[in-house]
Parts: sequence; C-alpha cells; structure tokens
Amino acid sequence: MSRIGVFICHCGENISATVDCERVAKEAGQLEGVEFATDYKYMCSDPGQSLIKTAIKEHQLDGVIVGSCSPRMHEATFRRACSEAGLNPYMCEIANLREHCSWVHEKSEATTLKAIEIVTGLVEKVKRNKPLNTIKVPVTKKALVIGGGIAGIQASLDIANCGQKVILIEKGPSIGGHMSQLSETFPTLDCSQCILTPRMVEVAQHPNITLYTYAELEKLEGFVGNFKATIRLKAKSVDYSKCTSCGLCTTKCPNKKIPSEFNEGLGMRTSIYVPFPQAVPNKPVIDKEHCLYYQKGKCKICSKFCPTGAIEYDKPDEFITEEIGAVVVTTGFNVLHTDFFPEYGYGKYKDVITGLQFERLASASGPTLGEIRRPSDGQIPKKIVFIACCGSRDPAKGIPYCSKICCMYTAKHAMLYQHKVHDGQSTIFYMDIRAGGKNYEEFVRRAIEEDGVNYVRGRVARVYEKNGKLIVKGVDTLLGAEPVEIEADMVVLATAGVANEGAEDLAQKMHISYDPYHFFAEAHPKLKPVETNTAGIFLAGACQAPKDIPETVAAASGAAVKVVSLLSQDNLVREPIVAVVNRCAPPMFSTCVGCFMCETICPYHAIEREEIKDRRTGKVIKTIAKINPGLCQGCGTCVSFCRSKSIDLQGFSNEEMFAEVTALLNR
Amino acid sequence: MKLGFYPGCSLKGTSREYNESVKALAAALDIELKDIEDWNCCGATAAHSMNKELSLALPARVLALAEKQGFEEIVVPCASCYNRLSVAQYELSEDEDLRHKIIDSIGISFAGNVNILNVVQFIDKYVKDMIPAKVNHPFNYDVACYYGCLLVRPHKILKFDRVEDPTSMDELMKLIGANPIDWAYKTECCGAGLSVSRTDLVAKLSGNIVKDAADRGAKAIIVACPMCHSNLDMRRPQIDQYLNENITVPVIYITQAIGLAIGLKPEALGLQRHFVKVTTL
Amino acid sequence: MISSENHIITSQIKDNTGVDVNLCYQCGKCTAGCVLADDMDYPSSYIMRLLQTNEEGNYLKVLSSNAIWLCVNCENCIGRCPKEVDIPVVMDYLRAESVKRKLVSSKAKPVISFYKSFLGIIKSTGRLNEVFMTISYKMRTFRLWQDVKLVPSMLLKGKLKFWPESIKRRSDISAIFRKTNSK
Repeated sequence: MSRIGVFICHCGENISATVDCERVAKEAGQLEGVEFATDYKYMCSDPGQSLIKTAIKEHQLDGVIVGSCSPRMHEATFRRACSEAGLNPYMCEIANLREHCSWVHEKSEATTLKAIEIVTGLVEKVKRNKPLNTIKVPVTKKALVIGGGIAGIQASLDIANCGQKVILIEKGPSIGGHMSQLSETFPTLDCSQCILTPRMVEVAQHPNITLYTYAELEKLEGFVGNFKATIRLKAKSVDYSKCTSCGLCTTKCPNKKIPSEFNEGLGMRTSIYVPFPQAVPNKPVIDKEHCLYYQKGKCKICSKFCPTGAIEYDKPDEFITEEIGAVVVTTGFNVLHTDFFPEYGYGKYKDVITGLQFERLASASGPTLGEIRRPSDGQIPKKIVFIACCGSRDPAKGIPYCSKICCMYTAKHAMLYQHKVHDGQSTIFYMDIRAGGKNYEEFVRRAIEEDGVNYVRGRVARVYEKNGKLIVKGVDTLLGAEPVEIEADMVVLATAGVANEGAEDLAQKMHISYDPYHFFAEAHPKLKPVETNTAGIFLAGACQAPKDIPETVAAASGAAVKVVSLLSQDNLVREPIVAVVNRCAPPMFSTCVGCFMCETICPYHAIEREEIKDRRTGKVIKTIAKINPGLCQGCGTCVSFCRSKSIDLQGFSNEEMFAEVTALLNR
Repeated sequence: MKLGFYPGCSLKGTSREYNESVKALAAALDIELKDIEDWNCCGATAAHSMNKELSLALPARVLALAEKQGFEEIVVPCASCYNRLSVAQYELSEDEDLRHKIIDSIGISFAGNVNILNVVQFIDKYVKDMIPAKVNHPFNYDVACYYGCLLVRPHKILKFDRVEDPTSMDELMKLIGANPIDWAYKTECCGAGLSVSRTDLVAKLSGNIVKDAADRGAKAIIVACPMCHSNLDMRRPQIDQYLNENITVPVIYITQAIGLAIGLKPEALGLQRHFVKVTTL
Repeated sequence: MISSENHIITSQIKDNTGVDVNLCYQCGKCTAGCVLADDMDYPSSYIMRLLQTNEEGNYLKVLSSNAIWLCVNCENCIGRCPKEVDIPVVMDYLRAESVKRKLVSSKAKPVISFYKSFLGIIKSTGRLNEVFMTISYKMRTFRLWQDVKLVPSMLLKGKLKFWPESIKRRSDISAIFRKTNSK
C-alpha cells in the first residue's frame, strides 16, 4: 500500500494567482494511496524543503509529489531533499503546475481542475515507481584537444596545469592558428606573435601535453569518460627525431612559387616548408601536392642536402588510437575570400584583398616586411578604402549573422595604415559600429579622432578597376543618401567569418550538433556556452561562432574547467533514466529476439550487442541488444520501436506511464 | 521544332535592322522562326509604370496566343519584351487569384508553359554549335559586350547568366574570333525608356558606357537590346556633346556580328541603318 | 504581429506589392549602385526610410517626388540589396499611387506624358507606332522641335513608318484596357 506525500507549492503568486493551491492539496489528500498532502508558499526554500523532509520521516512516506514549477528548475533540489530524509530520490516526482497549468491559463475553475488532474495522474505513476540508483561510469584521465589555435593552446595549458594529461592535435604543420597571422591585436595594438609564441612554446614543452601536428581526427568512438580516438598522423616526409631545424632544405628547394597559406596567397613558399619562422614545431613538412618528387618523380634535392638524413619519402600516414576521457573542439574559423563577391570583382582585382591579407601586409614577418604595398605593382597606396560587412548581415548572400570582430579589426587596420603611411587617406564604409568590449569604443574613437580615419556610413555597391585605380561606388546615408565615389589604390574587404572547411564532416564524426552555417552548437546559448549536447565533448573559440581573442581565451579556460571537473572524478555519476533490455530466466533469457531495429534508430549509438553464452560449452545461444548506460540519454525511442516490447525506460516505465495516462482519462 | 518569334514593336519600327539580322542569321542556318499571329505590344516600361494589371495582361495575351498556336518555345530578341513576358509568366504562376483575373481580362486560356528565349539563349541553343564550321570572316576585334539591365535582372525570375559580370555574350563572341574585353559597364543602365522624355539623362548614362568601352580600346560595342542600341547609337550626338568628345565606336547587335562572321552581307544585316558608321570595323 | 493601425502606409504597401519595406536596414547599397541617384531628389534608400516612418507627410513627399519617375526599373538595386527588398516593384506601386492621387511632380511631366502617349497608341491599335506616339507626345509636352533633326536621317535609313500597324483583334486590347481599369 502506497504512502505518498503531495506538496503543492504556491510559487509565490506564479501558481496561486490562477490555481487554488489549497484546494488542490485537499483533493490530493483524498486520493487513495496519498498519506499526506499540504500546500506552501515557497516549497523550494529551506523551510519548504524542511517541510518535505519532516513529513517523510513523520509519515513514513514512500513516494513524494511536489506540485511546483518545471522539473528543469528544481527536480534536483527536491530529490536531494528526499535523499537527505532517507527516501530514494527517484521516488520523488514533480507535477509541473506552473509552465503546464498556471502560466498558460486564466484564473478559473477549469484551471484548478486541471491542476488536480495533473497531480492525480502523477500519483498513479509514483505508485508504480521503483527506487533507482545512479550509474557510475569510469573515467579515462586524458583529454583530447582538437585544433591548435589560441583556443586550443589555452585549453591545453589550463588542463595540463591542473595535472591532467592532454593530447593536442593540429591539422596544419604548426600550431598558432589565425592569431599567429595577425600583426597587432585590438584594443591594445600589441604584437600578436609576441604574446602568442611564448604560449606555443609552453605547449610544446609542457610535460603533460603531447602535441601532434599535421594530424587529424580520423574516428571518435565511445562515450563520456570512455572515448577512443583514432588519429591520423599525416606523413610529413621528414623524420622529426633527426631534423635539427637547420632550414637548409627550405633554401635549396627549387619549387619556390607555391602560394603560401600562411601569407593568405600574398607570398610564396617552397614545397618543403616551415609555415612561418616562429612555427612550433619549427621543423618542415613536404607538401605532397606540389613537391616535384611526389608529382613527377624528380628532384629530391632536399634529401641530398639534409645534414642528418632526416628526409624520408613515401612514408604512409600513420594511425594511432588513444583512450580519452573528454574532448575539447577548438578548430576555429575562416574568412571568405574575395572571389565570393560578384560586385567587388569575383576575385579578379589583385588590389582588392581581405582583412586577413591586410594583416599579412601589415605584419613585420609578412611578404612585404610590414610595409603596406599593393599586391599588383608593389606601390605604396595613398588611398585605401575599407569596406565593412562584406558578406556579413547579408541574407541575400546566405549569411544573415554579424561576424562580430570586423568593426574592430577594420578600425585597427585603418589605424595601422595611418601610422605607417602618414600622408595616406583611409575611408571606411560601414553600416554600424559594433564595439562592445572593454576599451573597444575608445579604440574606435581613437581611429577617428586621433588618426584621421574617415568613416562614411553607407555600403558600397560595386568596385571596378580603371587605369590601375579601383573605383569605389558607395553612398553616405547620413547626408541624405548622397552617392560617394572614391578612386582608391587598394580596397580591403572585411569579409564574413565562416566555419572552417570540413567542419560538417568533423561534427558528424564526433556526433555533435551544428547550425546551418556549420558552426558547432553549444548546449545552451546562455548557460552552457562551452558544452555541446554530446556528453564529454566541449567547445571553445570561433568554431562555435566568430569571436575575438579575449572571448576565445575565456571560453577555452571555461571548457578546460569543465574537462578537469570531469576528469578529476574517478567515476562519473549519471542519471539512471536509461533504457534497459529485459532479462528473464533461461531458456528465454530475454524477450529480445535480436532484430536490432533499436540499433538503427538510436540517435546516441547506445545499443550494443550482447552474446548470451552457454556457461559450460561457451556456445552462443542468442545475441540480444544491450543498452550502454553511459551513452543512453533516456529518449525512449528504442522503447517505442521495439517490436517485442523488450525494452523499458527506467523512471518512465511502460507500467508507470500507462497508469498515469489511464488516471487522466478516467477523471 | 516550331520556334515562335515575337518581334515586338521596336523591331518593326526604329530597330528594324535587328529584326533583319535575326531573320537573316536564322535563314542562313536553316532555322525557321514563325511570327506569333496577331501579337500585341507587351506594354514595356510604360505599362508597368502606370498600371500593374495592364502590364501583366498585355504580355499574358502574347503568351496565351503562343500557346494556342502550338509554340513550345518563342524567341524574343527585344530584351524589354523578354523581361516583361518572363515577369508576367512568373507572376501569374505564383499568384493564382491574379492569374484568374488576368485570364479574365485577356479572354484567352493561359497555362504559362511556353519557354521564353532571349536572343543570346536562342543563339546558345540553336546556333552556337554551327558557328565554328561556318565562320569564314573571323571577327578579329576587341569588343565590349554590353548586356544592359533587362537580360540578366531580376535574376530570381530570369535565371539567365549572372547579375554581375555576365559572360554569355562574351563566350559567343569568342567563338567568332573576337576578343571580349573586361570592362566596367557591362550591366549599367543606358537610360532605357527616358530616351525621349529625358534625353539629357540618357546622354549621361549612355555616355559613361560608351566612354568606358572606348577608353579600354573596344572597336565595337555588342548589344542584344534595341533600346540599348538606340541609346548608344542614335543618341551618339548627345553623348558626344555631354562628353565633349567625338567617339566613333560603333554599336552592333550580336546577331549582326555573328552574321558578318559567317559571311553574310552587311546590307542583309541592316548595318547601313546605324547612325554611328560601322565601316570603322 | 505588426499592428496595422500604427503602420498604415507600410502595411498598405505590403498588401499591394508583397514587399515589406521594414526589412530595409538603410545600408544605402541601392543608392550607391543606382545610376540615376545623383539626379534624384530622394534616392532609393532615402525613399525607403521615408516610407518606414509611416508618416503621411513623408509619404506625400515620396509620391510627389521626381525620383519615382526617373527610376527606370533597371533592377540594379534589388540585384545588390542584402535584404532582397524589391524596390522596383515598390516604385511601380508608388507611381500608380502618385497618378491615382494626382500628386505627379511637375518635373516628371515629360516622363509621364511619354508613358501616356505610348499607352494611348497601344490602346487603339494594339501595337506601337513610334511616329504617332511621338506626335502624341509632342502635343502633350509642346516639345515640338525635339528630335526633329533626326527625321531626315531616320527616313533615309528606313526607320520611320507612317502607316499605323494594327492587330486584327483590336477589341481584345480595348477589353484589356477596360478590365484593368486603365484610362
């Protein structure tokens, strides 16, 4: 015989404004199986919880129903209270009288009756509830960080400094990411590489960090605390254990005309190359797609000159597998290239460049050694036009969002240009100025007030080339939409920040969600910005959405803390709301027939196969489905799919749900 | 396959050389173009500027007649007519109430399934493959291909070529040996229907077009629209006055260019009817 | 839900053209690319803003402007508009409203006379005869000597047709004009 306690909360006025809480409690008290019923103003408060605990002890309650706000708010609170009073927490259920009743209806008899019905249904369910215990899952104490930009570097260092082991993989030959391509950073204008390279070196030297460059994630299996990552180590054609970074090979390589990715196509590199002088590791790789040996079977000059014999051709890619407890995705972003823009020349005009290309021009280690020069003829431009919002905020081009960082870096670019070319004239065509960070507004004003940058509010319709000049046709909307035409020497487009190529594939490999723009999805936009919906996989940096360096570093550290909190436990505790395949006595063993339809439908890949073997002969009698409690999210899809009704959901069993529904129908 | 032909009013009037050149080119290649019987004016700019339903009903009648006369495809050399017919067909396919209303006004049934081809599409589909074999006077000149507004916009409806820097005419001109130059006014408006009422504005807009082409060394401007031709050719005196220059670059229709390349006589193509002499070629 | 009481003008435009002018965020790209923007009293993005205010005074400014009659629907604006606001369709509507409310700018008289002459000829014959249209236009605008210098060369080149070409079923055309309420 059940002894259920019903506790109806007024939730201040949120519930009591439309529902007669006293009456609900009274009616509930008269239901069969309900031993005690009461109402109270704030059940979640300390006195409210004490009320529940006292009632459990005094009336020997074996089930508790709290009629309150959504279980997402306080289910954990009330379950903890029950647990403290000695009652299994899963015998406590929440009747959502707020979001499901009081908040969506007007004050009336019908509303109160609805509240009573909700409670009545739940009473019938709780009568069938079974005590459950949380599930313990062991945790591998190692983290995998994918992507070696500033986010990956920061996350790796933070996790490693907490004493946990980290594997950092980066698909390029060096870590550093886009931040290593920048010249100076806003709002302080300090040198990007100067603040980044110490961290890069720290990563390389940290005893807890294993760094794999020129490596990509091949496969990720498993579940939170128990992942297995297969990593492809692409063949570098150079044996790093022998290479001394002398650099002779890169000077001798005859193929010097490959557009450098690091310089965004504005400079050249060789086939065997180190992407930039401060690269970590500072050892070269051979680009197979352009190397004369790999393409035509000739050359091999680098191996002839290498003093330590470190060049090793024709090595295959290597695969390693690592056991991992948690993953942090920090794969970053990219920017659109100029060929995306029909009205700005489809990439035809050499002197129309992107913001990132301008960074390379401004950078002291760039193709022009820090001098702003036109890519077409190497002249110093006297008039530059910067166009903001190229692609961003443009639904017609398929990118409705704002790329966040462009207003700031455009102001920075104009300032750097004015500092380097004193008699130069810069004009920025903008729509709005987004400068919300700390010291950001002052930075933009400095550009206007101290450095003489000309800001024109309006967009540019088109840019074309005539007699070596770029004709920019814009407008000044603050002057009543007056057309503005400028004959510029160079045009810099602040192109939209977009997801990296291959982001979709990576997301699918890891089973994490992503949005229509292929940015990875956070679990909750406000409260869980660094977690994904997949347990154990975290996000940081621009792979989630375009963001600046301070935010990226903050997110990386946030993700690191989440990882460390996971890895610092010996066992993970998971809610027992998982599906279970039934077992019964031999010769049946289970009503499961082994059709594995559930395996095809489970969105979390939580279904495994279990072989039932004869204990004496070891012969397999039947193979049935088994649900991995570490991966199962309790969605119930398999329960409804199972043709033989062999699966049931703990906490929401068929019996419990049927009782609840029947009770509602019978009122 | 029966190809319908919709000349439109200008091809029967001041732009008769366009009509002549299309017909001559088709005849030389054994392509039959049959006029749509009892065709009416499409309404052009005047109709859509004054009354929306009128501007849809007039082209709808033309399309309905084409359907009734069994044409699956019609060739519409005038870019403005091509645009109006295509827009009418699109609007009536999107809005059922409107379609019924317009069908009521025109009194003929209308299904909206005729394929409307502009002159460049016609050449691409029916002429292009025959060109390489037939070229005997390669058009070895630098040319500026001028598309104007109505061939490529609105892209959502016309779905022809691309809005910025289109290339369809350039590709055809390359086939006959020409060198199409890259220039800045491929799709900027010539002034269109303001030719009579605001000739001063046409002088400015068309002047900018002609000057850019001439500055970049074009020996001819290739067009596929009678309005553009008229503004760049007939209005040359006003253009010269506005620019304070004397620009002699001729303006020829793409059908005339191809016609010349395959050996047709200039008179057959109506080149003598141009205001700016074509003999500079 | 946008309440139409506070947004009478924009709601009317939306109902009649399907275009929501509130989508415009005033970037000005349309004006920047409009070949006639320099000659317009109110360039296109400015007109969008005037309409967005939903103020009758501003609406009257638009309807009595010269700009709407200079616009030739070259569609450059919508070709580049990031919010895909169909400005040419709105312009057509504004022109029709301008005529309906008798607010046509005096500067636009030659333009509208041209259109009226054009449609007048079509109404009677179904096809345009440029000579007759020009005569009608000159009578409306008194620009008697305009383009007279062209006549000899056009005659020589065989470009002038003095016989009005007419379609057979002229009643079809007059029915169309009548049923679409065109004068």
